[in-house]
Amino acid sequence: MEAAAVLDALAKATDGHASVAGGDDRVDGVPARWVAAPGSTEEAADVLRVAAEHGLAVVARGGGTKLGWGAPPRRLDLLLDTRRLDRVVEHAAGDLVVVVQAGVPLATLAARLAVAGQRLALDEVVPGSTVGGVVATGLAGPRRLLQGGVRDLILGATLVRADGVVTKSGGKVVKNVAGYDVAKLVCGSYGTLGLVTQAAFRLHPVAPAAAYVTVAAPDPAAVHAAVQSALHAQFVPTAIEVDRPADGPATVALLIEGTGAGVAGRTAQAVGALGPGAASGPEPPAGWGRLPAGDVLVKATTELAGLGRLLDGIALAATRAGLPAAVRGSAGAGVLYAGLPDDDPAAVASFVDALRGAAPAWSGSVVLLAAPPPVRAVVDGWGPVAGLALMRRVKDQFDPDSRLAPGRFVGGI
Amino acid sequence: MAGLDALAARLRAELGREKVIDDRQELRTYECDGLAHYKVTPGLVVLPETTGEVAAVVRACAAAGVPFVARGSGTGLSGGALPHADGVLVVTSRMRRILEIDRDGQRAVVEPGVINLQVTRAAAPHGYYYAPDPSSQQVCSIGGNVAENSGGAHCLKYGFTTNHVLGVELVTPDGEVVELGGKAPDPPGYDLLGPVVGSEGTLGIATRVTVRLMRAPETVRTLLAGFPGTDEAGQAVSAIIGAGVIPAAIEMMDALAIEAAEAAVHCGYPGGAGAVLVVELDGPAAEVQAQFADVERHCRDAGAFEIRLAADDAERALFWKGRKSAFAAVGRISPDYIVQDGVIPRTALPEVLRAIDALSRESGVRVANVFHAGDGNLHPLVLFDDSVPGEGEAAEEVSGRILDLCIGHGGSITGEHGVGSDKARYMPRMFSDADLDTMQLVRCAFDPEGLSNPGKVFPTPRLCGEVPGKRSGVHPLQAAGLAEQF
Repeated sequence: MEAAAVLDALAKATDGHASVAGGDDRVDGVPARWVAAPGSTEEAADVLRVAAEHGLAVVARGGGTKLGWGAPPRRLDLLLDTRRLDRVVEHAAGDLVVVVQAGVPLATLAARLAVAGQRLALDEVVPGSTVGGVVATGLAGPRRLLQGGVRDLILGATLVRADGVVTKSGGKVVKNVAGYDVAKLVCGSYGTLGLVTQAAFRLHPVAPAAAYVTVAAPDPAAVHAAVQSALHAQFVPTAIEVDRPADGPATVALLIEGTGAGVAGRTAQAVGALGPGAASGPEPPAGWGRLPAGDVLVKATTELAGLGRLLDGIALAATRAGLPAAVRGSAGAGVLYAGLPDDDPAAVASFVDALRGAAPAWSGSVVLLAAPPPVRAVVDGWGPVAGLALMRRVKDQFDPDSRLAPGRFVGGI
Repeated sequence: MAGLDALAARLRAELGREKVIDDRQELRTYECDGLAHYKVTPGLVVLPETTGEVAAVVRACAAAGVPFVARGSGTGLSGGALPHADGVLVVTSRMRRILEIDRDGQRAVVEPGVINLQVTRAAAPHGYYYAPDPSSQQVCSIGGNVAENSGGAHCLKYGFTTNHVLGVELVTPDGEVVELGGKAPDPPGYDLLGPVVGSEGTLGIATRVTVRLMRAPETVRTLLAGFPGTDEAGQAVSAIIGAGVIPAAIEMMDALAIEAAEAAVHCGYPGGAGAVLVVELDGPAAEVQAQFADVERHCRDAGAFEIRLAADDAERALFWKGRKSAFAAVGRISPDYIVQDGVIPRTALPEVLRAIDALSRESGVRVANVFHAGDGNLHPLVLFDDSVPGEGEAAEEVSGRILDLCIGHGGSITGEHGVGSDKARYMPRMFSDADLDTMQLVRCAFDPEGLSNPGKVFPTPRLCGEVPGKRSGVHPLQAAGLAEQF
């Protein structure tokens, strides 16, 4: 392949927004050769056609906040920078729908929607995240409990395929059952099926009032009991979160949103349900909706009835591995994140293996989200995957040459 | 048919005689689903009782290259379960066990033949319910709901089947059994459940389904408002949503639909109304109370001349009776009608209703409008008399032009009834060839031989040799009274 010709073609495709990769243009330590930043779906299609023509391996990058998630790419030629895809294409406030390009930061979108008293219920879990990044990783924060995750809120997507063909699925109406829901398929696919250049989402009105209710929970059984009491109550919390620092007891925190009078009454109900020691206030507890500290990040899920078992399992695995584990997450939705130090890869491997071994007891999965290369080298990032053969067939159909984020996803997809 | 005879013999040996039907008369009882003007007698019907038996049937079909079609209760309104004349109809009605009600985990695990409402009945003693509520919920099956991504009146606030199905055990078109999702969220790997739900039986057969159970709301309050016309009612809908209120349901009926409902069930809607709204709020009592006052005010400000609040469950049921009986009721004022199902952005409602009205005047074809106003899902009922030459064709024309209006406003050709056999030909109006090809990539990954419900959803074979299903004609007219479900 003629390097100058590739750069020339990429520059042509992006109106000059292509360059030879610099030192920072790496994914999990793997250096790229070129960076191209398309400014439209059409330019993105041109870029992917150039990549197809020259057999380039492509990884998309938005805010670059989660590039360390997923395995390192098997090979990498082109970083496709989405940050010039920065337009809110349409905000149909009366329809509670927004169509937005992939490179728009969630925070920018939130500010824009707030003017109309609306929000996309995808919390900014990792500061600096773009719309494309949360679609690619399927990352949702506390509000997923009541308002759903990325796959629930996405209404349609424009996808540029590996062959450069522009295709859309779904639409911009809330209700639509015409054809396969390819937009959901790409949520959490880590860029391995195509490049999402824009997506339509369902929005929610911002409630006039909000309150947080917190209670300390000394052990997993107490966390489980508090979360169960909130889940089975009728005061409808927007979020049920847990935060357990590596060196202290856990706190369960609820978010209650609604009208002023309604929130006051429901908050009182929630304080009553969580029992002695529960308190309420207008501000979120520290760390609300953020990932726990730690250079290694593990995601562990559970059936709701198994929350206590998962928390026990994390504590046990951490003790055995000799690691401090900070835990945070959407307990009411069955999703927790554990933050661990990265200085002992073997200990991390022991933690993940132990937790994975026990996970069938709570019907959950254990995924290594973020970790430096030495840890990745000794830990299977994804663990057992049901339906992997079918997933490989899907990948083969969408990207037969395996050029999109090769090796980043489950089973080496 | 020699191939089918051999297949029947194999399946009798594997499943037992009583689960395989090849008697011509008996086969004919399965010739259509809820869209009864499409009729195809299946080549063979099987009634499996377990996942293993479904897998055995599918493996046998795959080995013989014989197409198969899954069918639940047969209430679908797009011909999604229309049989294949040279294929096997896999009827799930004997798979009716509720395997688990997991109250602590807020999940139920059920077999595909379980009736939608039975899930709620089983969960109710624990204070829970299953949210998606198609009006056929007393008879439709969960397997069918998964296939069609069924909606219902209460989806505005709580979402559709796809938001409430957390896992399926799927028999893939090559007869493998795979688990997609389950009780825990975010399983690693592709979200295959996304495309499977709503794939209308073209990606395999769900043999076990894990669904979300929702805590019953503390309070439910329902209001009926009469308006001079649909413009005013539409304004009320916009004002309510614009004020940040998301009701559990907002349903609208126009004058003709009201007339039909009155004739059929005497629901006592406000006299002389050009449109009525049924608005339901649910949730914590304090919230519902505050929002209810807002809703009432928005209705009055938009021009409602009469507002009734349901005093009790009986009155609430009466408000809903007129709405839920509307489809069948239209049979009282017209010998035949087409039930259309299209979606528009909610804010386009007044404009589209005026355009439908203009279409109706210009063509002389009467159209009654019943719809889920909150999410812009229209169900225009296009009236005609099939005994009058030309009326059926005129109605079909109007029905198609209504879909064009929906597409023109950035909407969809189906909000909840599915594409099935009925609307496959409209798919190219909504999607480009590239869009449809991309969907075929999914199909080819699951079903390269094109044996799983061929001929549905997609208009023409594109990739991996999909064989189009036999059509009994292109006459999308629905016989009166055969569409009590929607």
